[in-house]
Amino acid sequence: MKLEMMISQMTAGMVKTIGIFAWTLIFSLPFGLLIAFGRMSKNKILSTIVKVYISIMRGTPLMLQLMVVFYGPYYLLGLNIGGSWRFIAIIIGFTLNYGAYFAEIFRSGIESMPVGQYEASKLLGYSSRQTFFLVILPQVIKRILPAVTNEIITLVKDTSLAFALAYMEMFTIAKQIAAANTTFLPFIIAAAFYYIFNLLVAMVMEMIEKKLSYYH
Amino acid sequence: MYYLEINHLRKSFGDLHVLNDISLTLEQGKVLAIIGPSGSGKSTLLRCATYLEQMDGGDLAYLGKKAVTMDEKGNSIYAKPAQLKEIQKNFGLVFQNFNLFPHFSVIKNVTNPLIKVQKKSKEEAYAIARGLLKKMGLEDKEDYYPYQLSGGQQQRVSIARALALNPKVLFFDEPTSALDPELTGEILKVIRELAAEHMTMVIVTHEMSFAKNVADHIIFMDQGVVADQGTPEELFASENPRMREFLGKFA
Repeated sequence: MKLEMMISQMTAGMVKTIGIFAWTLIFSLPFGLLIAFGRMSKNKILSTIVKVYISIMRGTPLMLQLMVVFYGPYYLLGLNIGGSWRFIAIIIGFTLNYGAYFAEIFRSGIESMPVGQYEASKLLGYSSRQTFFLVILPQVIKRILPAVTNEIITLVKDTSLAFALAYMEMFTIAKQIAAANTTFLPFIIAAAFYYIFNLLVAMVMEMIEKKLSYYH
Repeated sequence: MYYLEINHLRKSFGDLHVLNDISLTLEQGKVLAIIGPSGSGKSTLLRCATYLEQMDGGDLAYLGKKAVTMDEKGNSIYAKPAQLKEIQKNFGLVFQNFNLFPHFSVIKNVTNPLIKVQKKSKEEAYAIARGLLKKMGLEDKEDYYPYQLSGGQQQRVSIARALALNPKVLFFDEPTSALDPELTGEILKVIRELAAEHMTMVIVTHEMSFAKNVADHIIFMDQGVVADQGTPEELFASENPRMREFLGKFA
């Protein structure tokens, strides 16, 4: 197989890989914030449930979680699976898993905020919603950015786990081409793709960090 | 009508009785200084008066409006949240550690509550803020961020921020304790100017000569009670042994 042919086949997969990456980020960041609130809730029952949830998400393999989400409806409810469910299941699985990790990062950031910021906000008459979105969250984002960058870089690489559900993302295609043509080349291309992707991620995150470095 | 009235205030943290039966009143335009050794409860008193700590017993009112009332046993009953919020508009607090918002510029620290809480227009908020910053001698610093300012300048911004909301009573919680001695003077000067304009103020302070100088009335707290009080002249001539001992440390 010609190199151009290989790349063109893999490009279709790259688009899907980027799709998994983007949708996961879009859903898991707000979901993670929600989970963080649950984890910090004064309601003991809620915070315990969320704590167990995070523990399971962090304590079991993501690949296994993807399979549970994908096959669960069939084995548990006898529903037909197929069609677009494969992609939806992948996004749900990734979001559930990454949301748990992001939640802990958000929590660490929120809990590191000095109590004086809340007290000043209260004295100035801000509502608790205003306090969170105007005063706390912007500062939290700056504090947790390095940890979030780590997590996003891991996500880029973890998209390859979608092969477990035979989803035709880039790495699944690379393996097929490699097996069919007994060549090592697709792996080199895949490695270059992940590396460049992460280089871009790191660059963008650094830009954001710079943008937020206007204050200490 | 008193601008601030507290009766029989009680406050414990667990088994530790921090405040015991504290009562005080403050009239319009007067300056009350609260002095006393560390751990005497003076900061807790101020935090109770500004809703930052929950009172166990006693009542609290601003301009005759009751934020906290007492049941027959003297336990505190707080008003409804909406009413508390309404009464809260009457007071402001300047913190020991400033607690400016580090991600906001100087001018935004002052204008943001005006715009977001008091729903003033941007133009009006900026006009108010610029006026106050000028008064604080910070008119050339409005685009700076807090970390770029000295402690004294930061404290002046936080005073401007509190004044912008036009409180009837302004509290200061040891406003110079976090500052170098040479920066203390500039804050005391600002407070003295406010006193000259008849701003109603409550100041928790370690600066004895300042308290003597600026206050109309001084409360000396010791071990959670008002151990002595009076005009500066009365208090500094007091025969109260604990007061004498405390003053001796500063002589």
